[in-house]
Amino acid sequence: MKKAAIVAALALVLWGCKAPPAREIKIGLITPLTGDVKTYGESVRNAFEIAVDEANKAGGVAGMKIVPIVVDDRNDPTEASNAANLLINQYKVRAIVGSVTSKAAIPVSDMAQSGKIPTLTPTATNPKVTVADAKRKDFMFRSCFIDPFQGKVMAKFARESLIKDKAAVLYDASNDYSKGIAEYFADAFRLMGGTVVAYESYGKDDVDFSALLTKVKASGPEVLFLPDYYNKVGLIARQAREKGINATLIGPDGWDSPDLVKVAGDAIEGGYFSNHYSADDTRPEVVAWVKKYRDKFGQTPDALGTLAYDGTNLMLEAIRRANSDDPLKIREALASIKGFKGVTGESAMDANGNAVKSAVILQITGGRQKFVKEVSP
Amino acid sequence: MDYFLQQVVNGLQLGFVYALIALGYTMVYGIVRLINFAHGDVFMVGAFIGLYAIEGARLPLAAVFLLAICGCALLAVAMERIAYRPLRNAPRIASLITAIGVSLFLEYFTSLRQVFGPNFYPFPRPFAISAWEFRNFAITNIQAIIFTVTLCCLVLLQFVVRKTRLGRAMRAVSHDHVTAGLMGVNVDLTISVTFGLGAALAGVGGVLYGFAYPQVNTFMGVMPGLKAFTAAVLGGIGSIPGAVLGGLIMGQSETLTSAYLSSTYRDGIAFLILILVLLLRPTGILGTQRTEKV
Repeated sequence: MKKAAIVAALALVLWGCKAPPAREIKIGLITPLTGDVKTYGESVRNAFEIAVDEANKAGGVAGMKIVPIVVDDRNDPTEASNAANLLINQYKVRAIVGSVTSKAAIPVSDMAQSGKIPTLTPTATNPKVTVADAKRKDFMFRSCFIDPFQGKVMAKFARESLIKDKAAVLYDASNDYSKGIAEYFADAFRLMGGTVVAYESYGKDDVDFSALLTKVKASGPEVLFLPDYYNKVGLIARQAREKGINATLIGPDGWDSPDLVKVAGDAIEGGYFSNHYSADDTRPEVVAWVKKYRDKFGQTPDALGTLAYDGTNLMLEAIRRANSDDPLKIREALASIKGFKGVTGESAMDANGNAVKSAVILQITGGRQKFVKEVSP
Repeated sequence: MDYFLQQVVNGLQLGFVYALIALGYTMVYGIVRLINFAHGDVFMVGAFIGLYAIEGARLPLAAVFLLAICGCALLAVAMERIAYRPLRNAPRIASLITAIGVSLFLEYFTSLRQVFGPNFYPFPRPFAISAWEFRNFAITNIQAIIFTVTLCCLVLLQFVVRKTRLGRAMRAVSHDHVTAGLMGVNVDLTISVTFGLGAALAGVGGVLYGFAYPQVNTFMGVMPGLKAFTAAVLGGIGSIPGAVLGGLIMGQSETLTSAYLSSTYRDGIAFLILILVLLLRPTGILGTQRTEKV
């Protein structure tokens, strides 16, 4: 017994002699690693890892080593809320990156707000993520554009570049992202002189769209706007073609996944969607990033991964500027960031914590994404 | 009119799939008075067996169905032996809760990475899709397969229940399993076979569902299971023709609501029909107190 005490005391002394333990800062990541949008979650986690590794190799941020904690939310609002709770109250993280989709990021934003932890979603585009009932959630930020902009971009593209007059919209009534963007698209399309011939909704567990698509077909659309995530879009696209709908398929950034073509097959060929970046871009930042990601994970980074890399770096930059692990100070720094240069371009935070950025339009040709054009805000 | 006919065909496709699942609920209920909530998950397992048989082993279509049938039947028999048989004489509520437990177990156990995995998988179609255009409507080959396979299953099932020794045993057990046992019917075996038969139909349904809506995940059985259960109750639980009728009514009401009102009301109207039918005929459309229950 005595011996043990001596050993323990010695160990303590030795511990004390060593250089003062490096300070650490815990940063959480909430991302869907399983479930219906797992390719989003994997890209985001990969990119987050790259950003954290780079920073740690360079000596950490503000003299602190970053300890990353990754939690899976399965793209489920309840799970996302639990994940945020776990990170804030159990792991005591000082900042959170996440979640990925709007439907998961909205509950996370409420937890972040009540826990007073600065949180930045790299990819959730619905306005309600940072603002609820006209009230700004001041601990919540994002490093991507928002849906009203995206809806407008696609409406303008359909009207002016594709020169189409009649559009049909199918959306998931239980998904904030899908519902929001459907409205923004339809409003913008009408404002630009087009007609929305069908505006129909479905539920999140639906797989049979034959009744809806027969209805859509009867309305004779020239473009079919599908604002949803890739798994659902793939199913709808396939059934639409089977029903003989030949309209051009267009959609938002939810289409960005290598799995889209796997589910949809030929049905999605020739479709257009708006996105945050194109891997074909020749800017040196993009080229360097694509190489870095390919070297580590053997595939081309999608927009979600790229946004997550930028978003994580933005959060690290805020910690650097705050030069502290105090969540309040990090929040202050994040709110005042301007001219941050990332892979997806330069961005600034607006008063609502949204990044102001340009969008790109991509087309699916031969099963791959091809850059079509860039649209500035 | 063309539009209406086309929507009716769409509704038939959905209705037949519901009917296949509903039959399993109704048969098991008829014979042991148990609402087997895990039935929707057996259907999911059938779809996954189909996925592996087509993608992994590249088996011909008939073998895919056969494998799904055997796999699901085995699963259901094991389920009955392990979870339900020990509770056969326990209060009804105990087996009901066990059924919910089995259902959750199947959903979450299969979503482990070592089993089926937690993701959405595209379901491969071993044939190209094509459509026959008629004057007023079009039928795809997938719809044709669904109609034919379901009708064959129905005829086969009616034959087994009405014309075979086994069918007679099933009918006897459903009337009174104690007396049937005294008369020399092997009650345990009959119940096992009933579970197996119901599950076999669900297995077929799972594969057909995969063809029609080519995407599978481990929670895919929940909604169709619930709808099919509703269909079984609507048609009169315990009655075989009732289950089919209920499935077809559910399919049509969902499709026609989407077609003429709004898809938002779809489930609401389907369940409204259920409530109205149960208010007017508490035993369902074809269910009577004395209906032959298998």
